[in-house]
Order: sequence, then C-alpha cells, then structure tokens
Amino acid sequence: MKIMVAVKRVVDYAVKIRVKPDKSGVETQNVKMSMNPFCEIALEEALKIKESGLAKEVVAVSMGPSNCVDTLRTGLAMGADRAIHVEASRDLVPLTVAKLLKKLVEIENPGLLILGKQAIDDDCNQTGQMIAGLLGWPQGTFASKVVFDKEKQVATVDREVDGGLETLCLDLPAVITTDLRLNQPRYATLPNIMKAKSKPIKKFTLEELNVEIKSDIEVVQVIEPPKRKAGVILSSVDELIDKLKNEAHVI
Amino acid sequence: MEKLRATSSLRRSLKSILNRQLSSVSEPRYLNGKRSCQPTFNLIRDHRNLGEANPILYRCFSSVSTVVQRNPSFSTLNPDDISYFKQLLGEKSVIQDEDRLETVNTDWMHKYKGSSKLLLQPRTTEEVAQILKYCNSRRLAVVPQGGNTGLVGGSVPVFDEVIVNLGSMNNIISFDKVSGILVCEAGCILENLISFLDNQGFIMPLDLGAKGSCQIGGNVSTNAGGLRLVRYGSLHGNVLGLEAVLANGDVLDMLGTLRKDNTGYDLKHLFVGSEGSLGIVTKVSILTPPKLSSENIAFLACRDYSSCQKLLMEAKRKLGEILSAFEFLDIQAMDLVLNHLDGVRNPLPATMHNFYVLIETTGSDESYDREKLEAFLLSSMEGGLISDGVIAQDINQASSFWRIREGVPEALMKAGAVYKYDLSLPVEKMYDLVDDMRTRLGDLARVIGYGHLGDGNLHLNVSAAQYDDRILEQIEPYVYEWTSKHRGSISAEHGLGLMKANKIYYSKSPETVKTMGSIKKLLDPNGILNPYKVLPHSLNS
Repeated sequence: MKIMVAVKRVVDYAVKIRVKPDKSGVETQNVKMSMNPFCEIALEEALKIKESGLAKEVVAVSMGPSNCVDTLRTGLAMGADRAIHVEASRDLVPLTVAKLLKKLVEIENPGLLILGKQAIDDDCNQTGQMIAGLLGWPQGTFASKVVFDKEKQVATVDREVDGGLETLCLDLPAVITTDLRLNQPRYATLPNIMKAKSKPIKKFTLEELNVEIKSDIEVVQVIEPPKRKAGVILSSVDELIDKLKNEAHVI
Repeated sequence: MEKLRATSSLRRSLKSILNRQLSSVSEPRYLNGKRSCQPTFNLIRDHRNLGEANPILYRCFSSVSTVVQRNPSFSTLNPDDISYFKQLLGEKSVIQDEDRLETVNTDWMHKYKGSSKLLLQPRTTEEVAQILKYCNSRRLAVVPQGGNTGLVGGSVPVFDEVIVNLGSMNNIISFDKVSGILVCEAGCILENLISFLDNQGFIMPLDLGAKGSCQIGGNVSTNAGGLRLVRYGSLHGNVLGLEAVLANGDVLDMLGTLRKDNTGYDLKHLFVGSEGSLGIVTKVSILTPPKLSSENIAFLACRDYSSCQKLLMEAKRKLGEILSAFEFLDIQAMDLVLNHLDGVRNPLPATMHNFYVLIETTGSDESYDREKLEAFLLSSMEGGLISDGVIAQDINQASSFWRIREGVPEALMKAGAVYKYDLSLPVEKMYDLVDDMRTRLGDLARVIGYGHLGDGNLHLNVSAAQYDDRILEQIEPYVYEWTSKHRGSISAEHGLGLMKANKIYYSKSPETVKTMGSIKKLLDPNGILNPYKVLPHSLNS
C-alpha cells in the first residue's frame, strides 16, 4: 500500500509574527519557515505505519512556489521515499489544494491519504474534509490514535472531539487528518539527510494537472488583535459598582 | 603557632556547640530531610536581635582551613540606620521581613546562607550613591545583589552585610537602531533585554541558562561568559561603557556609547569582572549584534574525546564565520538530564553515546548556511568524527536541543548534592581531568563533565546523594593543583566569590594579587563592598 502525505511550508510555530504595515498580510520575508507541525505529525504517522510493515511507500506532497522543496527535503530526511512538488506561484486556498490532491491521488493511487488537521498560518481545517468529499472516501479527522488492520483493510481512528473521544472504523482507502497527541515527530538524522539528497522530487505544474486556481476568497485586511488594557486595582466596593455601571456598562 | 592552637581549641568548642545545634536546628531545604553534615548554618540562629551578629561561620563541607571570621571593624545595624534608609528610600524599599530576607540571604544552589537583617532596593543611581556614602561613613558592610544566580557564593551575605539589590532599577534608557548600542540600568533581567532587542532585530552578545533571572549589572560585574562567547567574545569587548558607584558614594560616569575612545585609562574594565568588590554598577552601555535570520543547530554524538576536539578544529575551519556555539556534554551528563528533567527527549535514542556535541551556526542566508552545515557534518561523519547526529528542522527542535545542554545544572541540583568546578584548560587536556577525578572518587560520587568546548571551558561537577567531607578531600585541592599545573584558570567564568576567595594563587602570581589588593584598598579603603570575597583574606590584614 502507498501512503500519501500532504505537507505545507508555513511560518515557524515559534516565531513571533508581525503584521505587514500595509495590512495585507503577515510578514514572511526573512522569517524562519518550517513544515507545519500537524503535517510533521502526519508524516511521522505514515512512517510509523510503513515501519510496521503495513505500507510499502510514503510519498510527500507539497504545493506552492519553489521554496516548498525545502519542506519536501525535510520530509525526505525524516524518511519519506519520494516527494511531489506542485508548482504554484500564488497562495492556494483549501479547495484548490483539495482539487489538486484529487488529481494526484488519481495518478498515484495511494491506499491512505494523511494530512495535518490544519495549517498554523490560516487555521482553515478544511483541506482534509474537502478532499475526502471530492474523492468520496471515508474520513477520520482530528485523529489521536490510528490502528490498522491489514486483512480487513480498515483503519480504526480515535478522534478528539468536543465531547471527548470518538472511535471510527474506516474502510480503506481513507483520509486521515492528524491532531497534536497522535505522535511525536522524529528528528532528521544525518544518515537520513544524506540519503534524502538522492531521493527523487517530481514536479508538476497546474496546467499538467488541469486544475484552475480561481479563488472565490479575497483577503481584505489583516490586523493585530487589540492590545489588552492593563488591569486596575480598585479600593472600595462603591468604586467597583461605579466602574461596572459607568465604564463597563454591565449593570 | 598560637593561631593554630587557638583554632583547634576553637574548633573543639565549636564542635560541642555544633552538636547541640544539630539536634535542635532544622534546615529541611539543605538536607532534603536527611540529617547529615549541613552545608551552612548559623550558630546563633535563634537569637534574632538586631544588634547581635554571628562571630564565626564554619562551613562544614569545606576544608578546615577556610574558617571565615566576621571582620570586627564592621559596625552592626542600629535603629537609627533603619530610619535613615527609610527616610532616604521610602518604606517600600527598605525590607526587614524575615521571609523575604530568607530568599535574598540564600544563593541559587542553597549552598551559602547569610544572616543579613536588611534588604535595600534603590531605584536610582543617586539613591545607591547615598546608601554607599552612608554605609561607608558608618562602616556597614554591603553586598551588591542582582539576580542572585551566581554559583560561587558571591551574591549573598556571609554574615550580616546589608544587601543592596538593584532589581528595581530595570529601565531601558535608550537603544540606537543604527549602531545597536543599548543603554540600560543594571537591574534589567537578561531575558527581558533579549526580548526587547528581538523586536528591534538585535540580540544580546551573551546568553546563559540563568537568563530568566540574572540581571545585566550582575552579568557585567562578573564578566559572565555563556553560550555565545565563541562567536561574540567576552563582555570586556562588548561593554562600551558603564556607570558605577564607589564605596564612598562617588558616581563614576563612564557611560560612553562610543566604539573607540582612547582618552586615558579605561577604568570600566576594572568593574567588569570584579564581582562588586570595587564598586556597584548602576548603568551599562552594551554593543548588541544584529539578529541574523538563519540559525541552524545540530546535536551530534562522538565516540571519544579526541573526536570532539578534532570536530572543534574542523568546525572552526569549515564553518568559520557562521559558528556561534560549540558545547559538549558527556554520557553521565546526558543520563542525568534525561532522568531528572521533565519534557526532555533524547534526540539520538538508538543508543547512549560517550560524548554529545551541540553545534550552532548563525548567519544571514538560510540555504547557504544549511548547505555549509550539512556538508561539514556529512564529511565529518564520513571521516569517522561523528557516530550519529540530528539537525533541528524547526525552532522547537532547536529549543529542545538547547534545553538539554542548558538543563544540566538544573538536573544536577535535582540529583542531590553537587560540587561545582569551572575551569579553563587547554582543550587537549580537558577531559583527562574528568577521567582522573573518576578514578580518584571511584564509587564515592559521580563525575560529570560538560561545558563550552569552543572556549576551552570545562564545567566539572561531582554529584553525590549528600555532601560529604570524604568526597571533598578527594576533590580539593587536587583539582586546583591539576589546573594550576597546566596553567589553566580555576574559575573560567563563574568568578571567585566566597567559594574560591583564597584560591586565586593557583592561577595568578603573588605580585599580581598584591597589585589587586592595592587597587581594592584605593577604591574601597574601608573594605565595605562585598567583603570576604574575591581576594584572599590574608590581603586584608
């Protein structure tokens, strides 16, 4: 079985982000970029499944401008066997990503598609669900535990939902999106980094895949949240009542 | 001869008092509930009279020769002093509350405890000047204190010295974005300065594990080293100016912000590293390097110490200008960290290796630096210098590597009693000392070696369940003699403080030390600033 993992290049999780002065977006020049943490977890899960003998190959996919290749190299250094880069010059919305993934799935025929539950730059949490819908595949999102059964060709997924944990049984092929507690991603070791240099990265263009990137969404403005005001220490109950009445207007 | 006899009879009487005290005193913090040889205690603990001071402090775990006596020429506090300070600083900055005094009287390692009755928190240089002027006239001994993270007992009182804590002077005065020159007050916490500069696109030239608590005044006064010295050099080079208050209350304004100023003797260097014994630093002007965008870090395993050395030589040559840190830890240190710290993950879990090396590079071009680092590491691996290694793929992984290296002191504290030594040695010889100590101590204790290999700085630590004189006998003075034989420094970056006050002769000639004594006498004739520390006690008589 082949596993396909979609990974995204985002601003590093630990960086303090700044909004661009023209409010068109977040500052990404000269800022450290890394693989989306949830995508790392997805890739780690795929590698674990391969190491347990249930899959033969792990293919990492990323879409965007040429620097996506850095993220794919990281994925290869972690242990993926091949990588695919879909060249796109603009930011892609989840629906477009899902359509592109659908085309790749038709080419590659994986038995399992694993993605991170959301990207930390847009927090959309849509791509996994959309691709499952487009392919008509079952989906196990927010996975915190994945157990495989090779004979029955099913995956049992524990999902983290608001009410607690929900366990689903999915027939393969299926889409799984990963949540934080699924696993701890491995480090890229030097021998693997060395091997990664010779692993192939195949390039596709949008025309080849015959997908239009017409976006229905336009980002109007990006602003910082309002700064928290300092607290005030009050000296009497009367002052408290006065403030609640006249300043906060809650009583 | 008489002195010796007096000392031994003193010791005998001390012993009987000791035995009586041992049964009644409870110091759970130091003993962890075990009743063993206490590191420090006060003889007259239960008498909290303002006027009564402890005549003798006997440190149980140290060698016999270091019995420190309170200098009788120092006055003791009286109520008039307290009211003067209250009037000068305001009620809030004059602290006599026992709980707060407990904390400021004890050092970070819980090894040294003073019995000061007064903590002062001035807010301006003028207040510091007035405090010192008064204390000098009254002959009251003073301990300047910052973040209290020192490891040689230099930041806490030995007896009842007045503690002058600069924590309230924490303003950033100015920052020049073009030159990167930061002017701030001495009480600014290092981590806060790092965050401030981060927003401006700069970094502090020093970084150490204690950054969350240590203050820049203390860093400068102790010439702190840290993790980035191999790249940015020592504070002597990065401090462009400072403002210090002398013992008599005179304020020396040497707060220049110029890169070049050859007008007269450069006195600021006297205050950098003199551990508060020549003056209290109140403001600092420091040159900060620009924050470079690309940081890469690798965690490597080496089979033996000579591989670590060769790796260092290769790194300096092949990584050259982008190398920003080169640290090492041995298998014992790694084991300690993995067992005693929470949330720490072994980056190379397959097997435990004899030595671990952490290499960090900082540069301006991400892909160029990455390629350079990878090429260097791969060729080192092929050459057999490295047995295994990982490169951090994002900032979180990088922080986790640093957590391992920076967490060793913390892990040592949690593991029980620790004897800490900080030595500068020629790189080829460094680990020989660790091996020697292991042979000497055998089963008595665990010997751990780690440190700034890039600067030739070894942190030798001996870890045991409890403090024990037998262990100490095997360590001192062997360690100092070994270091002296190889012309090393018995205190690479930690300073002398109280712990090594009488050990300076292992690394400095008598004539040099005599000149130091003359300078001290000149700048602090009454000897009120941080007494009993840094210079040998024999110089005072």
